[in-house]
Formats: sequence, C-alpha cells, structure tokens
Amino acid sequence: MSTGQPSPDPIRLVGLTLGYDRHPAIHHLDGSVRAGDLLALVGPNGAGKSTLLKGIVGEIPCLDGRIERSGDLAYMPQADEIDRSFPVSVADLAGMGLWRRGGAWRSLGRQRRRIEAALAAVGLDGFEARPIGTLSGGQFRRALFARLILQDCSVILLDEPFTGIDARTVDDLLALIRIWHGEGRTVVAALHDLAQVRAHFPTTLLLARTPIAWGPTARVLTSENLARARNLSEAWDEEAPVCAGPRGGVAHDHGAHDHGARDHGAHGHHHHEDAA
Amino acid sequence: MIDPFGSLVAPFVEFGFMRRALAGCLALSVSAPPVGVFLTLRRMSLMSDAMSHAILPGAAAGFLVAGLSLPAMTLGGLVAGLAVALLAGAATRATVVREDANLAAFYLISLAAGVLLVSLRGSQIDLMHFLFGSVLALDDPALWLLGGISTLTLVALAVIYRPLVMECVDPLFLRTVSRSGGPVHLAFLALVVINLVGGFQALGTLLAVGLMLLPAVAARFWTRDLGGLIPVSILVAALASVTGLSLSYQFDLPSGPAIVLAAGVLYLASMLVGPRGGLLRRLVRGRHLEA
Repeated sequence: MSTGQPSPDPIRLVGLTLGYDRHPAIHHLDGSVRAGDLLALVGPNGAGKSTLLKGIVGEIPCLDGRIERSGDLAYMPQADEIDRSFPVSVADLAGMGLWRRGGAWRSLGRQRRRIEAALAAVGLDGFEARPIGTLSGGQFRRALFARLILQDCSVILLDEPFTGIDARTVDDLLALIRIWHGEGRTVVAALHDLAQVRAHFPTTLLLARTPIAWGPTARVLTSENLARARNLSEAWDEEAPVCAGPRGGVAHDHGAHDHGARDHGAHGHHHHEDAA
Repeated sequence: MIDPFGSLVAPFVEFGFMRRALAGCLALSVSAPPVGVFLTLRRMSLMSDAMSHAILPGAAAGFLVAGLSLPAMTLGGLVAGLAVALLAGAATRATVVREDANLAAFYLISLAAGVLLVSLRGSQIDLMHFLFGSVLALDDPALWLLGGISTLTLVALAVIYRPLVMECVDPLFLRTVSRSGGPVHLAFLALVVINLVGGFQALGTLLAVGLMLLPAVAARFWTRDLGGLIPVSILVAALASVTGLSLSYQFDLPSGPAIVLAAGVLYLASMLVGPRGGLLRRLVRGRHLEA
C-alpha cells in the first residue's frame, strides 16, 4: 500500500481465479485498481475481461483467491438483461440509478430535475417520456450512461461500452468518462479499440486468461505483449489437470515498483508489469 | 329485453345471492388483473396455468381431510401452490434448469399426487365443485376471504412495485444495487398463488386463470404504459364480472365459464378495435409522419 494515500484501493485482487465449471477464465491475477484510475481492460475474445468485471461485481463466485472491494460500485454489463419491450419510460430507466437514494418507496418526484439533468448530459433532452423500446442502440446506450450518472458511484465498471455504437456517440460518452475521471472516480472499461485506449486511457491491463501486463498504457500495449496475448489458446480442455499453482490468499508481494506514470504522481503500483 | 341496462342490473337488485356473487367477483377483479399484467409482461402467462394445476391437488387434499370446508381447501391450495412455486424457484437458482421447466416438473408431480389422493376417496360431484367453482353460493367466510386476498394483493403490490418493475426490466441491475430481487420475486409468486386460490373460490381452479390473464392481455390493446395497463385491466375484469354474472342468470348458464367467456369476448373485441396495435388500426393505417 502506498503511503500518504488517503483512500484505499477500491478494488484489490488477491490470487484471483475466476471461471466456469472449474475451468479458469482468469488465472491467478494479483493487483490493485487505484482510486481515480482510468483503466482499460484489453485482450482478445475469451481473455476473461467480462469474467473479471462480473467477478468484481459479484455476479460469479471466485474459484480461488479473493476480491477486496471498498466503496460503491456501478456496473454496465456487455450483454444486458434489459427487457426493452417492457412498458417503462426513458426517465424510469435512468431513474433506477437513484435506487440508493430512493430505495423501494421514497418518492422520486423531487428528483425529476436530476433525472432530466442526467438525460441532458448524455444528449437525451426531451426523451423523458419515450418508451425504452423506441430508442435506437446508441440512444439506449446513452440512457444507460444517464443511469450511471444518477448512480453517482466512486467506481464505475464498463464492459465494452462502445460496441455497436456510432463515432459521435462514442465521442460524447468518452467525454463523459473523462469528466468522471476528472471528478476522481475510478473507471474500468473493457475495450477492443487499441487506438481509443491509447488516446483516452492512461493505464491498461492486458489480459489473456493470465495477466500479460498491467501498467501505463504505452508500456503495456507493445507489439510483443500484444503478440503474446494473441497466442492465447481459447481451448476448453475437458481433461485439464487440477491447477498446481499457489492457492488463493497467499501473500503476494510484487514490490511497490513505480511505473513512473505521469498520470499517477509518485505513488507506487502493486500492478504486475510483467506477470506470468 | 326492452331495457338492456335494466335487465343487466335487475338480477343484482332482486337477489341477494347475485349481489354476493358480484361482490366476490369484483373483489377478485381488483386484485387478479394487476398480477396478470406483470405475468404477461414477464412472458409468464402460462406459468399461472401451471400454478392453477398445482393448487388443485392441495385443495383436493383439504377436501379429503375436512370435507367441503372453505378454510381446509383454501389452506390446502395455498400450501400446494406456494410449495410448487418455492421449490421451482429454489431449483432454478440452484441448478442450470430454467424456471419454466422446473415449474412444469413440480406442477406435474403435484397434479399427479392430487389425482392419486382424490381417487382414494371422493365422488365425481364434489370434484365438479372445485373445477367449476361456486360463485352463486358464496357465504360470508368466502366473501371475507376474497376481500382479504384483494386487500393484501393491492397493499403488497404497492410495497414491492418499484423493485418488481426493476426486476422485470433489468434483473441484473437490481442484483448489483440491492438484494431485494429474490424476495420480491418470491413475493410476486405468492401473490399469483393466493389470487389463484381466491379465483378458485369464485370461478373454480380451471377458470381462475381466466380473470387473471384475459383482462391483462386485453388491456395491452388500449394503453402502452404500465401505469395505464393496471387500471384498464381492472376495468375489463369488472365489466366481465358484471356482464358474465348477469348473462349467466338470464340464460341459466354456469356462472364461472360465463364470466371467463365475457372476459374472452372483451379480449377479442379489444384485439379488434384497440388503439394500440388493434387489427382495425392496422387496416386503416395513417400516412407516416414527418419525424
């Protein structure tokens, strides 16, 4: 833990193995996401990006190791389970973000302003009363971002937030993410567009089931690292032997080596820079 | 038949048992359709049919133990229905099999057990009572039961409304912000069961689903948002109750089927002339708008 850091790391991963039916999709991952990080999760399909986010949210249990979370957390999944034919309005959908404030019973009448402001912030002014089924893909994504605004969480996890979205919407939503970053929120996003990552995300975790590299984006997204990630085998081996690696909970100390990342000041990272 | 409105109302003015029947049906018309609205929106329409089968053996068991006794049969139905709903829900959460499949499995077990029970003792005539209901012979305890179920349903729906809607629209989101998803889902299943038990008093087990689903489906042709669907479905159910009962009296028809058929006619009429996706609307489509 770095010294002089007032807020603890919002997400700490300790010997974390996540997966399905005992087969790991994330294998022995250690490290911390620092408060205020703007972190991109990069890796080929099947690398475990979605699995990691689901694990952090608590959607799937850890096979091994543990995840330590502190603070409130908002999550936007890649494949949402939203029933778009359900007859609720855009304001209702965004207003769900006020659950922590309003709970099951408190009136949202006085929050109307906030909902309108959040919808305006994502460029959906005047859409309040529209049924959610009438929105286009990009508008729907904007509405989900409005819900994230209203959730007002210190940690925000986004799973491929820009898939199937046009360039203008992506630019608007990236601007929103930069505002969140400026407000000191922690943002973790799984992404595929490397140029986008290089342009907007100061830190990157390159995953290929095992972590390939974690640190400043320029040092992580090197051609060697990317080649290693591409060589990942996606095979699901039914006969895979039981993993003989260290069990979770083992104290991992990778040294507080400093990446010298300009965006992060002088504090050290617990990140793997070259894990394997 | 000179005064159609008078002849619609006359039986209720003249006969106490018709007024009691109307009171019971209206109580059910207030509570069952809102539950049906959520069922149809969750694409669980057929789930209520399965549940109504699951209730039957419980009621039959109550009947076997205590004869034609309202508390025994109600309790039996409640226990059987809730057991099937809870077991199916628990099995869904614990295994990979989906809820509809689990529900089908458990209601079949329940139904087979019930048929076995009834075949041990009991006569055909008694069976007719809970297959087709006894709306024209509602006594005070039965009316209290229907009124109580109606009150409980409306209060419970008001309490769980927001998380229930969230659970329908975006269950994953509700899971990330609250643990209420599971309890809310179970509470909703319990509401389905108690309304089916109530409907079984008035309409019989096999037709109890009718007053729950037909008004809810009919309402979809009249309004598009959730806030409108619930009152419209209640209106449709109340109208079906009044006309069904009245017609059953005048033409000497069994009242349970008459009420459900009245709801069925209202559904078909809504499908024809309803402004939201009704068939006539599709035929006379206006020209497209500018934006």
